[in-house]
Amino acid sequence: MMDALGEPQSVLVLGGGSEIALATVLALPRARLRRVVLAGRPSPALDAAVSTLTAAGISGVATEAFDAVDTASHAEVINRVFDGGDVDIVLLAFGVLGDQAEAEADPDAAVTVATINYTGAVSAGLRVATRLRAQGHGVLVVLSSVAGDRARRSNFVYGSTKAGLDAFAQGLGDALHGSGARVLVVRPGFVRTRMTEGLAEAPMTIGPDEVAKVIVTALRKGRETVYAPGPLRFVMAGLKSLPRPVFRRLPM
Amino acid sequence: MNDVVSPLAKRDDEQVLTGWGRTAPSAATVRAVSSATDICAAITDSGPRGVLARGLGRSYGDAAQSGGATVLDLSSLADIDLDTTTRSVTVGGGASLDAVLKALVPAGYFVPVTPGTRMVTVGGAIAADVHGKNHHVEGTFGSHVSRMTVVDGRGDVTTLTPDETPERFWATVGGMGLTGVIVDATFDLIPITSSLISVDTDRTRDLDDTMSRMIAGDDAYRYSVAWVDSAHPSGRGVLTRGDHAPVDQLPPDARRTALDYRPKVLATAPKLVPSGLVNPLTMRAFNEAWFRKAPKSRHGELQQIGAFFHPLDILQDWNRGYGSAGFLQYQFAVPDDAGHLVGTTLSALRKIGAISPVTVLKRFGASNPAPLSFPQPGWTLAIDVPAGVSGLAATLDRLDALVLGAGGRLYLAKDSRMSPAMMAAAYPRLGEWQRVRDDMDPNGVFTSDLARRLSL
Repeated sequence: MMDALGEPQSVLVLGGGSEIALATVLALPRARLRRVVLAGRPSPALDAAVSTLTAAGISGVATEAFDAVDTASHAEVINRVFDGGDVDIVLLAFGVLGDQAEAEADPDAAVTVATINYTGAVSAGLRVATRLRAQGHGVLVVLSSVAGDRARRSNFVYGSTKAGLDAFAQGLGDALHGSGARVLVVRPGFVRTRMTEGLAEAPMTIGPDEVAKVIVTALRKGRETVYAPGPLRFVMAGLKSLPRPVFRRLPM
Repeated sequence: MNDVVSPLAKRDDEQVLTGWGRTAPSAATVRAVSSATDICAAITDSGPRGVLARGLGRSYGDAAQSGGATVLDLSSLADIDLDTTTRSVTVGGGASLDAVLKALVPAGYFVPVTPGTRMVTVGGAIAADVHGKNHHVEGTFGSHVSRMTVVDGRGDVTTLTPDETPERFWATVGGMGLTGVIVDATFDLIPITSSLISVDTDRTRDLDDTMSRMIAGDDAYRYSVAWVDSAHPSGRGVLTRGDHAPVDQLPPDARRTALDYRPKVLATAPKLVPSGLVNPLTMRAFNEAWFRKAPKSRHGELQQIGAFFHPLDILQDWNRGYGSAGFLQYQFAVPDDAGHLVGTTLSALRKIGAISPVTVLKRFGASNPAPLSFPQPGWTLAIDVPAGVSGLAATLDRLDALVLGAGGRLYLAKDSRMSPAMMAAAYPRLGEWQRVRDDMDPNGVFTSDLARRLSL
């Protein structure tokens, strides 16, 4: 149970190797935290995440094998976690950036990006929402992206998956309104992680720790949508209102 | 088109519930019950999330809510049956003390114990084993209950008494609704000859002055409580003590209507209150005004029941005043030799800007046999705190450790944030209570957000 001061007792991370998710778990108030389940594909990153959390003094860290693409297995994994006790916060943090040129050359690669980022999230998100609703409380945090606000020539496959995910998460949040459970949509800009390694940094680039801080504050305030960093909200509002011929010519 | 019902669709009987502090909401299916049979049916029908009875929602934290569960509304179980020969009354579990007082005061009787609000149900008063200003002489509400009808977790309707079923009786007193649903209860009454209270009011210089006057003088009074100025470094306060005024103490022209009782509600707080209303500045002003309003020393003043016992009930829904972040009440009990923790707590909270309008200090008398009953001999301090104050969680955890170290504990009806470890350590008889609870509710039908949070 989340207490009166917003201290959670249990957290589930879908995409347990995600650097933003790991930073978020570390940034959460942890005085009452007694169960963290990292669900993800077995990987060195997942093992490292367990070690990092344990070393930080967080007890009850466990892993679950979870593959975003294998939607048929989602119900079993998610139900097992919820059957083990109420979950206060679920971070839906899996996703891949993909390579735009490769996606254009090999549509199957584009399908994989879409399957993980959108189809997988729809499958996991609905199953999580059903369980949150049944327990009458809890927050689903969905890691969307500013890339979904408006598709860009340079990465529209990724952007379109995030646009779909974002619309899905907003609708899910509205569906859960009044159920005790809620959805927080997080739209980070360019974040320095393994996923973006080697890419040229965009203006307002931040690290996973800064995204984590934004998420923790938003959780405390009960927000529904946040940008990370916050001022990106205004930048994106400006970009979204640009006419297509102008937007197309922007060097990004 | 097909007939699939979405598991996400909202149902009409669902409600988002919180405690009085308006923090940590959860949604449940609210089901009205009007008889023991209805309660049995609700228990039989209960899903995996179980059942919980909710009274008037005056517990501050998550005691009267249970996410995903069936929450029972007992407000129609509210019969009041006075027995003048035994000077006792049998009341439905869903009846409020407000209704009981309205029925009994004109007949010359008063409830054995009333908390700081009369807007609690009899079931809730027993489940939280509430105390009032007379605890130092007359104990808790549960100590005056002679019999109750309880539907247990098997759906069996049972009669519990302190003599015949002491284990189950005392596990239900203070059991936070987790042993069964209280259908009705019989409790003793205080005979009165007027509805007025004869009150002695004294302003105090500082906290030491308040505490030494209480130690020296409380025994002479049936009712005693001190309000503390939480904004003032001295911890000065106002001591109010008294007893029911006998009719011959009233002016002659008032004696004919001596038992009249018309409690007032002057106003209702608006639904939307800006969050910034309760801040250190307004709270300092409020505390100053409250202190100045009290006479330096006035003895034998005749006060109405409401003004003396339930001053906050005059403003309905005053809990909205804290805005959307909500608030909590920190209430601990410590033995006499840890009385210094009262001052420690006041200054620790003042330091982080958590200034309270309602800060109450009281001396407790003896405990009763209930394993989870809160009061124990010594001091109890209750202080309201806005939940949004930064640094609050760590400060309260630090105070918890001091309270625990001194052999003290926190009040479950007020708690919304202690740790399960604090609970288990501060209530060493928790295991004993759990064994009786498991016996009364073998399938774990009764649960609450509080029970889940504290692993009860």
